[in-house]
Amino acid sequence: MTRLVRRQGWVAGLLVLFVVLFVITKLIQPGYGSGDFGSLVRAVLPYAFAVAAQTIVVIAGGIDLSVGAMMALTSVTAASMMDGASEEYAVFVVPFVLAMGLVLGAVNGMLIVVTRVPDIVVTLATLFVLQGAALLVLGAPGGAVAEWLRATIVGTVAIPGLPEISAWIPKALVLLVVFLCIIWIPLKRSKLGLSIYAIGSSELAAFRSGVPVARTRIIAYALSGLFAAMGGLALTMSTGIGAPIPGPYLLASVAAVVLGGVALGGGKGGLLGPIVAVFVLRLVRTDLTLLAIDPNVTAIIEGAIMVAVVMFGAFITMRSRQS
Amino acid sequence: MSTTAIQPVPFGRRLKRFMADRPLIPLIILLVILVLVLQILRPGIVNERWLANTVKFAIPLAILAGCQTMTMLTGGIDLSVGTVATMSAFIMATQVVHHDPAVAILIALVPAVLIGLVNGIGVGVFRVHPLIMTLGTSLIGTGCLQVYQRTVIASGAKIPPFLAWLGTGLTYGVPNALLLFIPVAVLIVFTLRRTGFGRLIYAVGDNEGAARLSGVRYWQVITALYVISSVLAGITGLLYIGLIKAPSLSLAEPLVLPSVAAAVIGGTSIFGGRGGYTGTIVGALILTVLTTLLTILQMPEGARRMLFGLIVLFVTAAYLRIIEDR
Amino acid sequence: MTTNPLLDATGVVKTYGAVVALRNASLSVLPGEVHALMGANGAGKSTLVKILTGAIRADAGHILIRGEAREVRSPADARRAGLLPVYQEPSLIPDLDVASNLRLTGTPVEPFRAWVRELGIPDLDIRDIARDIPLAVLRVLDLARALAVEPDVLLLDEMTAALPANLAEKVLEVVRRQGDSGRSVIFISHRFVEISALCDRATVLRDGETVGVVDIEPGVEERIVEMMLGARIEKTQVAARQASQAASPRDSRARLGVANLRVGTKLNDVSFDLANGEVAGVVALEGQGQDELFAALAGSIRPSGGTIEVDGKPVKFAHPADAIRAGIAYVPGDRTEALTMQRSVRENIALPFSAALRNWGPINMAQERSRVVSAIERLQIDTRAQREVQRLSGGNQQKVTIARWIAAEAQTILCFDPTRGIDVRTKQEIYKLLRELADQGKSVLFYTSELEEVQRVCDRVIVIFGGRVVDVFPVELADEPALMRAAYGLPRGAKEDVGILADIHSSPVAKP
Repeated sequence: MTRLVRRQGWVAGLLVLFVVLFVITKLIQPGYGSGDFGSLVRAVLPYAFAVAAQTIVVIAGGIDLSVGAMMALTSVTAASMMDGASEEYAVFVVPFVLAMGLVLGAVNGMLIVVTRVPDIVVTLATLFVLQGAALLVLGAPGGAVAEWLRATIVGTVAIPGLPEISAWIPKALVLLVVFLCIIWIPLKRSKLGLSIYAIGSSELAAFRSGVPVARTRIIAYALSGLFAAMGGLALTMSTGIGAPIPGPYLLASVAAVVLGGVALGGGKGGLLGPIVAVFVLRLVRTDLTLLAIDPNVTAIIEGAIMVAVVMFGAFITMRSRQS
Repeated sequence: MSTTAIQPVPFGRRLKRFMADRPLIPLIILLVILVLVLQILRPGIVNERWLANTVKFAIPLAILAGCQTMTMLTGGIDLSVGTVATMSAFIMATQVVHHDPAVAILIALVPAVLIGLVNGIGVGVFRVHPLIMTLGTSLIGTGCLQVYQRTVIASGAKIPPFLAWLGTGLTYGVPNALLLFIPVAVLIVFTLRRTGFGRLIYAVGDNEGAARLSGVRYWQVITALYVISSVLAGITGLLYIGLIKAPSLSLAEPLVLPSVAAAVIGGTSIFGGRGGYTGTIVGALILTVLTTLLTILQMPEGARRMLFGLIVLFVTAAYLRIIEDR
Repeated sequence: MTTNPLLDATGVVKTYGAVVALRNASLSVLPGEVHALMGANGAGKSTLVKILTGAIRADAGHILIRGEAREVRSPADARRAGLLPVYQEPSLIPDLDVASNLRLTGTPVEPFRAWVRELGIPDLDIRDIARDIPLAVLRVLDLARALAVEPDVLLLDEMTAALPANLAEKVLEVVRRQGDSGRSVIFISHRFVEISALCDRATVLRDGETVGVVDIEPGVEERIVEMMLGARIEKTQVAARQASQAASPRDSRARLGVANLRVGTKLNDVSFDLANGEVAGVVALEGQGQDELFAALAGSIRPSGGTIEVDGKPVKFAHPADAIRAGIAYVPGDRTEALTMQRSVRENIALPFSAALRNWGPINMAQERSRVVSAIERLQIDTRAQREVQRLSGGNQQKVTIARWIAAEAQTILCFDPTRGIDVRTKQEIYKLLRELADQGKSVLFYTSELEEVQRVCDRVIVIFGGRVVDVFPVELADEPALMRAAYGLPRGAKEDVGILADIHSSPVAKP
C-alpha cells in the first residue's frame, strides 16, 4: 500500500489539483457545464498527444524537440491531402499520416544512433527540417478535413439511459483515451516497454542486461513520431485546417512531462501523470480567460508557469543527482 | 601501452587535426567557391554594390551568431536572441515617438537585460537545459511584446535617422554598419582570447567539473554570459530595424536558425569548449551568400529551412568525428 | 570430465587508436574449473572481459565456445552462448523493480529466489525498486540472477569487493560448488587468499598479453606476482630505500586541522593534523571514506559534521573556490576530472588565475606566461603537443594538474592517487616533486592505492577503515604488511583471523 502511494502519489496529487481547479472554475463561472468541458477536451487533444510523444522519449532518457514541427508537418499533410478530396479518401489519409509520423520518428532515432550526435542537437536539426517541409507542403494555413473526421471529436458519447453522465463524456475524450491506451497499455506490459524504461534509467546496465539499446531508442522515437502524428491529425480535426507554423507544443509538452512526474533524466514515470498535467495546464488557461484576463497576458502567465515548472523539475533532478 | 606511437600519422588523421586546428582556411575556401558559383550563375552579379549589400545583411546575423558562439562555447545555446532583438527594436521604434533617441534606446535595452538575467539564472542556478530555458523566455517575451503592442497601438512608430544611417548607409561604398560591427567583433574576439572571462567560458564548456575544482563559480559565468548575449541581441535588433525599417512582431525571428547554423559552420562545437568568433563571422558570410544563391535558384523558404537544419546536423556530426579518435 | 575447454580464446587483440589494450591475450577454461584471471592495473583484464561478454568487439583473435567458433557481438549473444558476467558495478536497472529486471533478462523467478536465499538474503521483496536496495545486496542479486539461468561459464569481476564478510563467504561457497557441479567460473580478484582457496588454475596478463597459465598450488603466489610485475620488482625496491632515507625534519605547526569530520554515512569521525613541510599519506581500501574526506577538504562536498581548521582558524567551505582561497588545492585521481581536455597546457595551468570575479578582465599575458613556463619547467612537462591537453600522454596530463597548483602557489595540496595509471618515470618525478614541496614548507596530503609508494614519499601515514582513522603510523613502521593489516582494520600487533580475509601475512601482496 505504501509502495502504491509512493509510486502513484504524484499522479494522485495532480488529480486532486485538477479537481480543485475544476471547482474553482465552477465558482468563477457557475454556468460552466458539460459543453464547456467538451471544448476543453478538444483543446487539450493535440497537447495531450504532443505530451505523449514527449513522455515516451523522455522515459527513454532522451528529448524530442521536433514534436511541434512533426505535428505541423503531419497536420498540413493531412489537411492538404483531404483538401477537395472525397470523404472516403480520408480513410486512406489517416493511416498514411500516422505511418509518416512513425517513419519520421524512426529517422530521428536512427540519426541519433548512427551519428552519435546528442538527441537534443539532432532533434533541433530535424525540427528545422520538418518545419521547412511543412512550409513546402503548405505555405500558409489552409487545406480541409473530411466531415466525418471532424464529427469524431465533436459532441458526446451517447450512453442510453444515462443522459447526465454521457453529457460529460465528450467524444474527444474517448478518442484520446482509446488511442493512448491502444498503444500505451500493451507497450507498458511488454518487454519492449521495460526496455524503454531500462535504457532511460541506465544505458550501461540496460546494455549489460542484453537490451538492444540502439533498436529500443529508435523504436521509442518512432512511437513518439506516431503520437506526434496523432497530435497533428487532432489539430487538423479540431481546427479544420493545417497550419505550417507549429504552436507552443514543444515547451508545453516538456512542461507537462515535468509536471506529470516524469524525470527529465529518464527511466521514471508514466503516461497518466503528464496527461493529467496537460489538463491542469489547460484548465488554468480556461480560468484565466474566464477571469476576463487579456488573452495575451494569459499567454505570458502560461509561459511563466511552464518555465517555472521546467525550472522546478531541473532543480529536483539536480538535487536528486547530488544525493 | 605505447608501441604504436612511433608509427607515422595517417593522412586522414592529419587532415582531421588540421581541420580541428585551423578551421578558418577550409571555411574561406568554401566562401570563395560559393561566390564563384554565384558569379557563374549570374555573371556580373558580384560587384561593389553586391558586396556592400552582402556585408550589410551579414552583420546582424554575425552579431547574433556571436551570441550563439559564446553560449555554445559553454555547451549552451541562446534561442531567445530573435525575440530579444525584435523586442528592443519594436520598443525603441515606439518609444522614440515620446523620448529622445538615446533614452528610447536605453529603455529598449532593459527587457534585453532582464531576459538575459532570467536565462542566466535558469541555466546557471537551476540548471535548466539552455535550449528549453531560452525557448521559454522567448515565448514569454513574445507574449509581453504583444501586450505592449496593444498599449502603444495608437502612438505609432518611427525609426531614428541615425539608426537608418547606421543600418543602410554607405560611406565611400563601405557599409556604415561596420562602425558598429568592427568594435563589437574585436571586443568579442578579445574577450574570448585575452580575458579571464573568456578563459572561463571555454573552461566551463569543456569541463565544468574541472572548472569548479579550479575555483570557478559556474552560475556567475553563465549569468554574466547570458546577459551579455541578450544585450548583444538587443543591439542587433536596433541595427536590424535600421536596415529593415519596418517594425513588426517577428522582425528578427528568421535570423535565429541561421545564427545557430553560422556558429556551427564556423567551427564552434555545440558541445562546448572548442571554437571561436572569427570562424563564426566567416560562417555568417557563407550563409548570407548561400541565401542569395538559394534566392537566385528560387528555392522556397521551406527548402531553405530544411537545408539549414541539415547543415547543422551534418556539420555537428562531422565535428564529432574530428574530436573523436585521436 | 572431458579435457576439451569450454571456452577457448586465443590471440585476442584490441587497440584504441594508438593505445594497445590487448596485444595477444588468451584464456582457456576447462569444464568444472574455477579459473582465476589476474594482472596488475591496466594489464588488460577488463578489456578481455568486455570482449568475452560481447560489450566490445576484438580487432583480432578466435573465441571458441565448446569447440565452436562463435561471434559474440552483444551481451545478449554472450548470454545465449551460456556466458554470463557479473560486473563490478551492479547491472540491475536502477528504476525498475527486481521482478521487472528479471523479466527484462528472461530470468526464471523461482530459481532466482532460491539462489538469493542460498546466498544469504532471506527476506528479499522482488517488488523493491533496485535503486532502494543497498549496493552489497545488489551485487548478490546480480549473481543470483546469473546463477538462475544456469550458465556454463560464469564470469565474476571482483565479486567480493564491497561485500560484508558474511555475504562474501556465502558467495565464495557458491562459486566453489558451481565448479564442483561441472560448470566453469572465471574469477577476477586481487585477493590471493580467495584465489588460493577457490581456484584451480590462473591465467596471468601483463601489458595486454597472456604471460602464463599456472595451477594453483601452495607457494604459487610468488610466481604469479613475478609474472604480473615482470622485471620491475627489484628496481622499485632499491628506489624505495633511498626515498625513505630522504625523509626530512619538518615544521610542527599544524597547517590543517581536522576534527571529528563526518560526511553522510561514508566518513565517520575523522581527526588528524597536517603540518607545514609534511607529506602525510592516507591509506585505505577502496571506498572506506577517503573519497569523501578529500572532497570535503577540497570544498567539493559539505561535511555533515566536525570542524576543519586552517592555520588554527576554523573554516567552512561551500565551494572549491573557498578552499582555494584558503590555500588548499585538490588534485583528483581521475585526470579527466581536472583538465579541460580540448584547451592548451597554458590555459589549463592558468585556469585558477581567472576564477575569481575580479580577475575576469584582460589577462597580463607576459606575467601569465612566465608563471606558466616556470611551472612547466619545474615539472618537466613535455610540451610538444601543448595545443590540446588531450594529445599529451597520461603522465604529462597528470603533471599539468599538479603544475596548475604549483603556479597558483597553493600552500596545501591534496593529491588523490596521483600516480594511478601513469608510467614509472613520471611516478618517480612526482614522488620527488612532492618531497621537494614539503621541503619548501608546503604540506601535502597524499592518498595512494599503491602501498609501496608510502615509504618513498610520506612522513606519516593515516590509515582509514570504515570511515574512521584506525591508525596513524610514523613512516619507519609503515612497511607494506603492516599497512595492509591496518587497512583491513586490524589493530597493530594483533594477528587473529577475520573470515575470508584471514592470514593476511601469508599473502604475497603483503610481502613483496
